[in-house]
Amino acid sequence: MTHISPARLQVMWNRLLAVVEEQGQTLIRAAFSPIVRECGDISAGIFDAQGQMLAQAVTGTPGHINTMAEAVKTLRERFPAQMMKPGDIYMTNDPWLASGHLNDFLLMMPVFKSGQVIGYTSCTSHLVDLGGLGMGPEGSDIYDEGLLIPPCKLVDQGEVSALLMDIVRANSREPIANEGDIYALIACCEAGADRLVRMMNDYELETLDALSDYIITTSRRGTLDAISRVPAGVYFNEMTMDGYEKPLTLKAKLTVTEDRLHLDFAGTSGCSAKGINVPLNYATAYSVFAMRCIIGADIPNNAGSLEPFVVTGPTDCILNAQRPAPVAMRHTLGQMTPDLVLGCLHQALPDKVPAEGASCMYDLPMRHTADAARNGGREFAVELVHNGGTGARPMLDGLSATAFPSGVFGSQVEMTEATAPVTIWKRELLPDSGGAGQFRGGLGQRIEMTSSIDEPFLVFLSVERLRNPAAGRAGGLAGAVGRIRVDGRPADIAGKCELRVEPGERLIFDTPGGGGFGDPAERDPGLLAQDMASGLVTPDGARRDYGAGL
Amino acid sequence: MIQTPTLRLATDIGGTFTDTVIVDEQDTVIASTKTLTTHENPAEGAMQGAKRALVAAKARIEDISGFIHGTTLATNALIEKRGARVATITTQGFRDILEIAYERRYSQYDINIEKTDLLVPRERSLTVPERMSAAGEVIEALDVGALPKLLEELEATGADAVAICLLHSYANSSHEEQLRDLLHAARPDLVISISSEVSPEAREFDRLCTTIANAYIQPMMARYLDAFAARFAQEGLRCPILMMTAGGGMTTLQTAAQFPIRLVESGPAGGAILAAHIAAESGLDEVLSFDMGGTTAKLCLIDKAQPQSSRQFEIGRAARFIKGSGMPVRIPVIEMIEIGAGGGSIAGVDRLGRLTVGPKSAGSEPGPVAFGRGGTEPTVSDADIALGYIQAETFAEGQFQIDVAAAKTALATFIGEPLGLDAFGAGDGVSRIVDESMASAGRTHAVESGKDLGPRTMIAFGGNGPLHACRVARSAGVERILVPANPGVGSAVGFLFAPVSFEIVRSRYEMLQTIDLGAINTLFDSICAEALSVVRQGDATSEIETRRIAYMRYHGQGHEIEIGLPDRPLTADDLGPLAAAFEAAYSRQFSRPVPGMVIEILNWSVHIATATGREAVQMPMPPLRTISPPERRHIFCDVHARHVEAAFVHRDSLVPGDTLSGPALVVEPQTTTFVGTDFTLLVDARGNLILNREVTA
Repeated sequence: MTHISPARLQVMWNRLLAVVEEQGQTLIRAAFSPIVRECGDISAGIFDAQGQMLAQAVTGTPGHINTMAEAVKTLRERFPAQMMKPGDIYMTNDPWLASGHLNDFLLMMPVFKSGQVIGYTSCTSHLVDLGGLGMGPEGSDIYDEGLLIPPCKLVDQGEVSALLMDIVRANSREPIANEGDIYALIACCEAGADRLVRMMNDYELETLDALSDYIITTSRRGTLDAISRVPAGVYFNEMTMDGYEKPLTLKAKLTVTEDRLHLDFAGTSGCSAKGINVPLNYATAYSVFAMRCIIGADIPNNAGSLEPFVVTGPTDCILNAQRPAPVAMRHTLGQMTPDLVLGCLHQALPDKVPAEGASCMYDLPMRHTADAARNGGREFAVELVHNGGTGARPMLDGLSATAFPSGVFGSQVEMTEATAPVTIWKRELLPDSGGAGQFRGGLGQRIEMTSSIDEPFLVFLSVERLRNPAAGRAGGLAGAVGRIRVDGRPADIAGKCELRVEPGERLIFDTPGGGGFGDPAERDPGLLAQDMASGLVTPDGARRDYGAGL
Repeated sequence: MIQTPTLRLATDIGGTFTDTVIVDEQDTVIASTKTLTTHENPAEGAMQGAKRALVAAKARIEDISGFIHGTTLATNALIEKRGARVATITTQGFRDILEIAYERRYSQYDINIEKTDLLVPRERSLTVPERMSAAGEVIEALDVGALPKLLEELEATGADAVAICLLHSYANSSHEEQLRDLLHAARPDLVISISSEVSPEAREFDRLCTTIANAYIQPMMARYLDAFAARFAQEGLRCPILMMTAGGGMTTLQTAAQFPIRLVESGPAGGAILAAHIAAESGLDEVLSFDMGGTTAKLCLIDKAQPQSSRQFEIGRAARFIKGSGMPVRIPVIEMIEIGAGGGSIAGVDRLGRLTVGPKSAGSEPGPVAFGRGGTEPTVSDADIALGYIQAETFAEGQFQIDVAAAKTALATFIGEPLGLDAFGAGDGVSRIVDESMASAGRTHAVESGKDLGPRTMIAFGGNGPLHACRVARSAGVERILVPANPGVGSAVGFLFAPVSFEIVRSRYEMLQTIDLGAINTLFDSICAEALSVVRQGDATSEIETRRIAYMRYHGQGHEIEIGLPDRPLTADDLGPLAAAFEAAYSRQFSRPVPGMVIEILNWSVHIATATGREAVQMPMPPLRTISPPERRHIFCDVHARHVEAAFVHRDSLVPGDTLSGPALVVEPQTTTFVGTDFTLLVDARGNLILNREVTA
């Protein structure tokens, strides 16, 4: 192998990062699943011949970080490289191998050059419907939740398996969209492979070895350097969540040594009977995401930068759910793990870590009722996504009504009303919902809606923080809890359920606020006055939370 | 008696320079000047440029029969936050459309991002009781009784401009119009923009932002345009002034003053129009325009002489040009990818030992190290100087002293030392990183547009475009480059080829299978009449081209495809062919249609423009003549990374048919064309430089 200068290797690394972005774009543009195109809920990556991840596209949600790397490892063990032929593509949607629930399909394609496998491209995308009970927490085991496809060969030397496609179509309420999404995944793998080979031709590379070495060594060194600035020690944190049938405890122990961050979930509650359980690969993705936001955020994801982060958990705790636990809504708790791990890191790095936020997104799939459809009423299905406030940062207020840790987009009212028979009467920030502090947590929002026709509609809820607010840090106060109600009904609505809203009834939901950072008494009076002038903090709120006289 | 010549003049006021170009009746450039932009009063600099160009053209201002003006003033006012104090009025219950936006962070791993400043704080966000449905039916009438309180609140904000954006006003504008008229009657001093006129498209956040941006710059731009016209009239200009828009067309001063938001980014649009003009004249079907200046590079895909267009643009993206970090405005624009890579982009080595270039720029002050005006960190231009691609004696017509040694020292110190390279290795690295980043941006942009770069001809211009064209083309897999005449003032030249045009996009949701044809035909009648009247103000007689477009997608998808409609009312017979046209376009982008899916349409647009009559004109290729210029210069070879000799030739000494092999430097007053080692140069019949890559297997 001839020596390649670091400047040229850097150029190739940049090209590789561009290649995975192209790969990701190809997938997003051809996708049918709304959550893919609106929220970029996909991942795309390139791996070397040993299965080490070299580059991953930065897409909308962190739920796939490293899950793809693990999946590629498993598929390579199952299907030896010697048996692979150009044009082959492998697939699975096993939640414990791919990305935590059945909707996420993962494909892997070997890349050939001069007759040898020189690397792999892989991608994951969220399919609309896999049969079963559908996207909701009501399943009692994985079999209730729909079709599971074990690792298999989807494409044999360019030929798509007709049987597999028939099976996927036959087990879905949205067969055409599912087929379209699988074709988008195939196009994504192929685009990545094609661009990778072109790049190697351009740079006259026969193998990825030298480049792989450079990327992984540089990234590992940078990550270790960042870790060395985290005080070594063992840090504990614990959070109480609403859960489904009862409150849950999430526990974490973070051990920081000079070359490793080890997070363990020992002490966390056992599984729920319903589909809010989280496979470890998914809990790992969000936990590692949170750690990487604080430590070495400027280094791209690859085998080198991810290696020092290790996540474990006892089997059968709810963050390491085992087969055949139901896992359809694994994001509800999975998206809380960043707050859990940040609570540990805050003890090590008190000036770098934000307060807890609303965190779990308010993902609200809505559709017509079966009886309305039977009586000739309008059929529709939409998935609204809204968010609460993020936690205050050590030097900045939190962001109001903003997704974190996920990267989803909130729905626009005009688009919702154009496609679904609902009228939204209000979507405004909720004053005083941001946790008070020297830096204030982001505010939640209030949304009010009714049916716009004389028919009821259904909402499928799986949200958190209706009873357990986002805690503040360093003396900051908690944010407001979320709340879901139907005007005129005596009791609030539970966070996880199927809700039927009758014509004329008004659904009101408040998303939670983020926690504050630092003692509220330390807040800059100018900033408090500004918050009051703009109505984000009311006079009552100022008196109660900041002790402000008027 | 001497025949009065018919001349046309274009002036492009940029951040640093004001470019002026004069063409004769054959559209041949007979004079071009670059003068410094006079920020206090930009009309003054434009006047100086015009006077100098007129002297060079031996003409008087009275001889000018067409005057086209483009300016970055509107863009700069938005970026530098120098606009009006705007208040917004939205539907009751929706005070926080701006703050809530799309509920997302533009940077995934950066926990310390701040939300984009969208110009109107919550204290100036007011609401009014009223409600329309998505179909444009009144659910609640505008509450006129709330007006006195609203006026009081408005007074308290101290606003001098108002942006009104009520829900679903794109479907029924009556509440917005009524509210505007009521406000105007009570407060005639207020400048009011309403969203149904500025940007009648669904998605309340984008529409509100666009309306705010328009209101924000309207008072200032109206004053500026008035003063500009008065200044030139006073000097004797007899023809009307037309303004260049972001969409690549021209519009009247009156329309520009009403919708100044459409004037943003008109300079870069001019460059794309020039490239499209050359594409038409040379019969090039697939083109990539590459415009590289001092701080940014812009790339645009041009198919069949039509620059790719878009309906959205972001103003003032945060550092690193991150998508989603700016203020979105929905106006017709020529779609360009803009990245922070120019001659002034600063190079360095980060904490991981990675070589990085830009987006931080040394700009023109302090500028590259070699300019000796205080710059200390090496830039892309310093690399080009160290590598010998920019020759000290010819740079900027000798206006600057170039310090080659200082450039080399800076490269060796800041890049070479940490990476173990000498000044040439460092310069070569900087060049490769920046060229690869431009090529990558181009490739990603092409994928996002469902297109390929490979078969395209790159048309390169701007101060640094011809210099970097070969290197970027090589990375992007492009094999043919065209460098037009006057590449340094490309945008201003482009203005002169723009049609008078106006485009209106309006939202109305329809499914193709249940479409209400009567309603769509009424919608088109109204927007066609509106667009035509705007175009006729700028050109009362020319032939008109009308393009009607539907933006279609499969129900459930987010990405829309533009499908052309016949220029007449639609009938039921059109639906089958429209579905077929959509499926064909879809297959071209995603290899196969999806059977059985419902097709939906949200937006409809009309684009009316004066006919440009651009047609490919065959010009016989003169006999080839291989030349070997006697002058040589030392350069560092960009392919083999070693020192070589390059031919050195002045562009004005070349004649059609001349051909030579790279490496070579072709210099002209405002730029240098660098012909890479693996390229050959040919001068075509029109005097364009054609660079072809010799592809090795």
